[in-house]
Amino acid sequence: MTDLFSKFDPLIEQRRALLAGGVEDPFNLVMERVISPTVAVCNGRETILLGTYNYMGMTFDPDVIAAGKQALDDFGSGTTGSRVLNGTYAGHRACEEALKEFYGMDHAMVFSTGYQANLGIISTIAGKGDYIILDIDSHASIWDGCKLGDAEVVPFKHNDIEAMEKRLKRIPEGAGKLVILEGVYSMMGDIAPLKEMIRIAKENGAMVLVDEAHSMGFIGPNGRGVAEDQGCLEDVDFVIGTFSKSVGTVGGFCVSNHPKFEILRLVCRPYVFTASLPPSVVHTAATSIRKLMHGEAKRAHLWENSRVLHKSLRDLGFTLGTAEAQSAIIAVIMPDLERGAAMWQALLHEGLYVNLARPPATPAGMTLLRCSLCAEHTADQVQTIIGMFERAGKAMGII
Amino acid sequence: MDRAATAEKIAELIEPFNKKGVTVTETTSFAGDLEWDSLTVMDFVAAIEDDFDIIISMNQQAEIETYGQLVDAVTKLQG
Repeated sequence: MTDLFSKFDPLIEQRRALLAGGVEDPFNLVMERVISPTVAVCNGRETILLGTYNYMGMTFDPDVIAAGKQALDDFGSGTTGSRVLNGTYAGHRACEEALKEFYGMDHAMVFSTGYQANLGIISTIAGKGDYIILDIDSHASIWDGCKLGDAEVVPFKHNDIEAMEKRLKRIPEGAGKLVILEGVYSMMGDIAPLKEMIRIAKENGAMVLVDEAHSMGFIGPNGRGVAEDQGCLEDVDFVIGTFSKSVGTVGGFCVSNHPKFEILRLVCRPYVFTASLPPSVVHTAATSIRKLMHGEAKRAHLWENSRVLHKSLRDLGFTLGTAEAQSAIIAVIMPDLERGAAMWQALLHEGLYVNLARPPATPAGMTLLRCSLCAEHTADQVQTIIGMFERAGKAMGII
Repeated sequence: MDRAATAEKIAELIEPFNKKGVTVTETTSFAGDLEWDSLTVMDFVAAIEDDFDIIISMNQQAEIETYGQLVDAVTKLQG
């Protein structure tokens, strides 16, 4: 018998070697107690959280919590059904109404996760004979959406406008075209030149889908994302987003002005063939989305946090993913996985949690310590974080 | 461009990526013999696409394992 698991042997060996060096398992951390959006007890230590996607700190918002508790009492613990059968409750509709208002768009469709939103929309709208033109650094859910569908998939070099344009122009006459971009690329924390790319996509007759998962609530005058910030949101055909970042719960969505959008509810398999979100989740999400519409002060503080941390880490001598802070994500580039894991552990011992990211999630085979800031991090916490990085970086010989 | 000319041009484009100096024949495989990782493949495909002004979609790439298969595919794609 061939062991179907033998294909995982190289990864099993890499993990064994890493853990044999005495490092704490970076992919097996338990949050034993969560004290606030920015502090938790991890592996027995009180720890500042700098690796969550809780950008706007909504997870402990009193109104959000109250809405969830009320929904548990009023609607029960779960829907036990698909959105198209018995799984659409008042809360799901309320969520979609809140999203339409948040983005100023005609249609909104709520999925059970952000992953499923990409999986479902991409695989359904781009079919056999159509072409998907996408950035090579796209999120796994976008790639999996391509794989689930039957379209021809054509990647181009990350953020390379010319490479995208050349490929668009080579697509056979008359074929359907979908260009897929992200507002913020979550590994390096860099943003896309959406305005120029969308202009070219439209000139070449493509529809455009933009994943704004890592920008919602935070980037743009109304927190609608990078496309809003660059003044091209009205040219985006489909915005994909998630509730598991700034909104502070779980779920995914697509908003659109396409006049035929509603038909997707019947033909999109990852929407139809799964249970809908629990009532408590959609009520917390709807409340949070409405509060994010008025998050100007929080947005300003988050930008301040991001700029201060970016500049300080750069001045300390760390190598960062972007020259300036472009989002709430700051990627600190490590020389290799071993030293990255050692630095990750040193930070954890200091009382700081960051994300250790490694291939295949990262571009160009890099090992990254990814820091994501929260609007609830105080200026003092940011200074504490900088001190932790300095001590750990010097002890590990990174700076 | 006929098959022979296409083959010659592709061989030229392989050279800068052929770090181990492997002798390339019709049956040389990109993953096995040239030991290219996914990033190298991406850069190489982009070079081929730009030189021949064609698209080789990921779907088509999945069918191409060897130099000979690539020459056939590119010859056909130039139509």
